[in-house]
Amino acid sequence: MTNRNGRFGVHGGQYIPETLMSAVIELEEAYNHFRDDPAFQQELSELLCEYAGRPSRLYYAKKMTLDLGGAKLYLKREDLNHTGSHKINNVLGQALLAKKMGKTRLIAETGAGQHGVATATAAALLGMECVVFMGEEDTVRQALNVYRMRLLGTKVIPVKSGTATLKDAVSEAMREWTSRISDTHYCLGSVMGPHPFPTIVRDFQAVISREIKTQILEKEGRLPDAVIACVGGGSNAIGSFYHFISDQNVRLIGCEAAGRGIETFETAATISTGRLGIFHGMKSYFCQDEYGQIAPVYSISAGLDYPGVGPEHAYLHDIGRAEYVPITDEEAVCAFEYLAKTEGIIPAIESAHAIAYAAKLAPSMHKDQIIVVTISGRGDKDCAAIARYRGEDIHE
Amino acid sequence: MSNIKAAFANGKAFIPFFTCGDPDLETTATSVRAAVANGADLIELGIPFSDPTAEGPVIQAANLRALNGGVTTDKIFAFVKELRRDVTVPMVFMTYANVIFSYGAERFLSTCRDIQIDGIILPDLPFEEREEFLPVCRKYGVDLIYLIAPTSENRIAMIAKEAEGFLYLVSSLGVTGTRSEITTDLASIVSVVRQNTDTPCAIGFGISTPEQARKMAGLSDGAIVGSAIVKLLAKYGKDAPRYIGDYVKSMKDALRCL
Repeated sequence: MTNRNGRFGVHGGQYIPETLMSAVIELEEAYNHFRDDPAFQQELSELLCEYAGRPSRLYYAKKMTLDLGGAKLYLKREDLNHTGSHKINNVLGQALLAKKMGKTRLIAETGAGQHGVATATAAALLGMECVVFMGEEDTVRQALNVYRMRLLGTKVIPVKSGTATLKDAVSEAMREWTSRISDTHYCLGSVMGPHPFPTIVRDFQAVISREIKTQILEKEGRLPDAVIACVGGGSNAIGSFYHFISDQNVRLIGCEAAGRGIETFETAATISTGRLGIFHGMKSYFCQDEYGQIAPVYSISAGLDYPGVGPEHAYLHDIGRAEYVPITDEEAVCAFEYLAKTEGIIPAIESAHAIAYAAKLAPSMHKDQIIVVTISGRGDKDCAAIARYRGEDIHE
Repeated sequence: MSNIKAAFANGKAFIPFFTCGDPDLETTATSVRAAVANGADLIELGIPFSDPTAEGPVIQAANLRALNGGVTTDKIFAFVKELRRDVTVPMVFMTYANVIFSYGAERFLSTCRDIQIDGIILPDLPFEEREEFLPVCRKYGVDLIYLIAPTSENRIAMIAKEAEGFLYLVSSLGVTGTRSEITTDLASIVSVVRQNTDTPCAIGFGISTPEQARKMAGLSDGAIVGSAIVKLLAKYGKDAPRYIGDYVKSMKDALRCL
């Protein structure tokens, strides 16, 4: 779906400092080479299976289906991957690619810490140095993940600039990359940033929809009626959507973080409240003020607390192929608790946004219809924060 | 000859940078006038952006101070219009793509023409994305100034061939900020530039002392200084202009006999 300049409709592009241009061109050339290299694909495939635990399960959530009384619900269990989220799919791909390119050092940004942990893990496995930038506020919200990264041998740098959250971590990682390019690969965690990142990350995450398709055909003999995933930058969502894009009868639904509501300023719902802009290397939709200053967004979920969205999602929205819906903190927390009690699965608060919408949609659908919801990560990391949200003073 | 080239007509150019509205627009105006009175040849005016990804901590903080002070693109346009009543040296805006995109390229660049802004520098708009603004820049006679970096290598000739106004040569890897030493082989880069264009070429990033300015301008057509000036504003606030005047004089003096 990408054209030569990395555009998805009007979105995408390469809006980055000249200093980084040679690095993204080198990356694109290497990716185009290794993407078609059977040995590389074989090595990646082995890592995904033997190390990360793929394929992930497509689980029929029977109790939830009966309770909601509508469409059949299947959960794509990315939370069961090694490191606890879908992030490992992309990271193993990029780390292996970086290694083939002769890079010895990985840098990454992280919001909730899941991408940081995945990158730290791949670096440990492949014997690479690793530095992760994380908003200072997020290092507090996700203290456990900071410790996990350090345990894996990674240096975690708290970012104090701006709102001290995910967008600032991305900015700081980009700044670090401009200062050290020759031995360093920027392992970007979502389908965002300058071309070729949105394409590379999507290709590595597309394994999710490839598996869903095979698994649902095995179990049901037909395609699902809807696929639902949460969207921050949008990597698990694009991974869940990708192989269904040409299947026009499959509804693709992305759940954005509405925070305290899209009518408030405390929201991170980019497609609902943002407008077209240029930031972090790409043209896409961004939450911003009338002068183009990027808005200080808010969500209970550190992983969705980002003022932009990947360019391919912006395009799927423009052409009406995918729908994007806002889910509030309160709805997500209720879904977090609901899935725990109903199915014995504690989802990441990010993924809980997708569950929340599935719970709204399922009752309006027929019993013979099928919804697949991607559980992008597990929720252990969120328990303390959700307890605090509910007024229990728990600290890790 | 565009107005910008005039800045390079009398020996090596000294180009100071100011973040508009840091700490307020009155201080920026007094600072610009002090710089011009002490020999600045071209003024680079930063329109602050919330997330300046090419800037080091010093200019990031200046952007934040300016935005917290309530400065906006419209207020900056009014400020430049006022400045233009007596300041005749060429002036360029340095900002980020979204500031122009969000304002509307037509509206932004036609205003630039009206208030006699001679060029724009956009650190997040590489050569490949120039079509985003170049047609509108041409329409209103505003130069789109390209940057060349230590990593540009085989891109230098391609960029230099289409240069207009001046070429901004980034001295070092990384973001803006003062550096004790600049180690890039800038002479080789300038030599490739010279083979491909007559457009002047000035070096920026990391320059703070008269010795560095002299060395950098010796290799090129001028020296650009940002963080060192912004530091004076951070330290002295509203009292900064007189220190800036002295500083610009010392820097320009270092370039005079080159």
